[in-house]
Amino acid sequence: MLYKKGQRHAVSFTLNGKPVSGEAEPRMLLVDFLRHELGVTGTHVGCEHGVCGACTVQIDGEPARACLTYALRLEGRDVRTVEALAGEDDALSPLQQAFKRNHALQCGFCTPGILMTLDAWLKTHPSPNEQEIREALSGNICRCTGYAAIVRAVLDYVAKGRHA
Amino acid sequence: MKPAAFDYLRAESLGEALDALTQYGEDARVIAGGQSLGPMLNMRLSAPAVLVDIMGLPELDRIEFSDDGAMAAAGATQARFMGRLELRRAQPLLHEAMPWIGHVQTRSRGTVCGSLANADPAAELPLLLAVVGGAAIAQSSSGQRAIPATDFFLGMFETALQPDELLLAVKFNAPTPGAGVAFREVAERHGDFAIVAAAAAADADGVTLGFGGLDDRPHVTRFDGLNKADAKQAVTDLAAGLNPQSDPKADATYRRRLARELGLEVVLKAMERRHAV
Repeated sequence: MLYKKGQRHAVSFTLNGKPVSGEAEPRMLLVDFLRHELGVTGTHVGCEHGVCGACTVQIDGEPARACLTYALRLEGRDVRTVEALAGEDDALSPLQQAFKRNHALQCGFCTPGILMTLDAWLKTHPSPNEQEIREALSGNICRCTGYAAIVRAVLDYVAKGRHA
Repeated sequence: MKPAAFDYLRAESLGEALDALTQYGEDARVIAGGQSLGPMLNMRLSAPAVLVDIMGLPELDRIEFSDDGAMAAAGATQARFMGRLELRRAQPLLHEAMPWIGHVQTRSRGTVCGSLANADPAAELPLLLAVVGGAAIAQSSSGQRAIPATDFFLGMFETALQPDELLLAVKFNAPTPGAGVAFREVAERHGDFAIVAAAAAADADGVTLGFGGLDDRPHVTRFDGLNKADAKQAVTDLAAGLNPQSDPKADATYRRRLARELGLEVVLKAMERRHAV
């Protein structure tokens, strides 16, 4: 199927458990589609070439860069963004609470990407040590908080369990 | 930074993808995971008229291990390939080095073949293929051919693939029985492109040593009959003769020194890891 440039094409996928649809040109990045077409602005746009990790979302459960895929490629897929973490009543998830307790965010720009990376990674690495956490965070750049507090938050979350 | 406008072809069969490559030639780029091509499109270093998406083709989503080595077809992601338990035995150098490729967020979508076809001289997979040997299977609408690893990389972002050819699969040769391997890399942070990467495979007859990040393509040297006592001199001589690139990340002198240090480290480690069969 050929999707012509300069024209908008329909695309539908699941976003945070609910069906969404919109229109996108072939070159429209997923992160721009989320923010501008769907108005879901929790995912941030950073470097736009896959280096900084601010735009990390989950595609079919795996962390991925939303600046390195096109909205049309998401047809029929399952996408999760940082908006999925808090409960219906906006109560913070245990991981978000651990970030808050440990002052693991300052400006917060990188935080959505870090949370979505960790949310996926902690499912397969339930009891990581500090070195493993640092390696898992290597794909997310934070320029103001500093990683010490972020690592501390993850260790706190792991120690207290998912229901703290 | 947004990509220049392109037509997007979601191929519904391999034939459709190959026909598009024949029709558009150099105006088309194949997209699989998009983790190497995506940044180049966003930065407009590449501006193809058509993107040919092959990720919807189930026949390309294949990984195979056999006594001959390991095979990844064009749709196989790096995460799935390195997640296979057989990899450690079938190709221990790849098993050791693949966690250095990008980040968990890029390996989830980036493919083994995509990184090879992109041929970034600082990427790990081209270096690994060059050291372990193997072949790139190129497919066009007029036929298929196997390109030996030694002939595949022609320069920076340049391979032996013709404009109408798709990198259908890559085969990595099995290691020589009893061989030892080792990998080391220095980058600005874990997961970035290497400033210098070094990989070695040592068997009973000698050592193959490869570098990434130095040259416009993987730099591979074979030392026949090398013994441990002579390794330091051999690697020092090799490094002294290198003429690596300088860029804002590192100058040629630093890269040469990294090549000497990392090169010796992986050669010695690979030799130590040899075992009787």
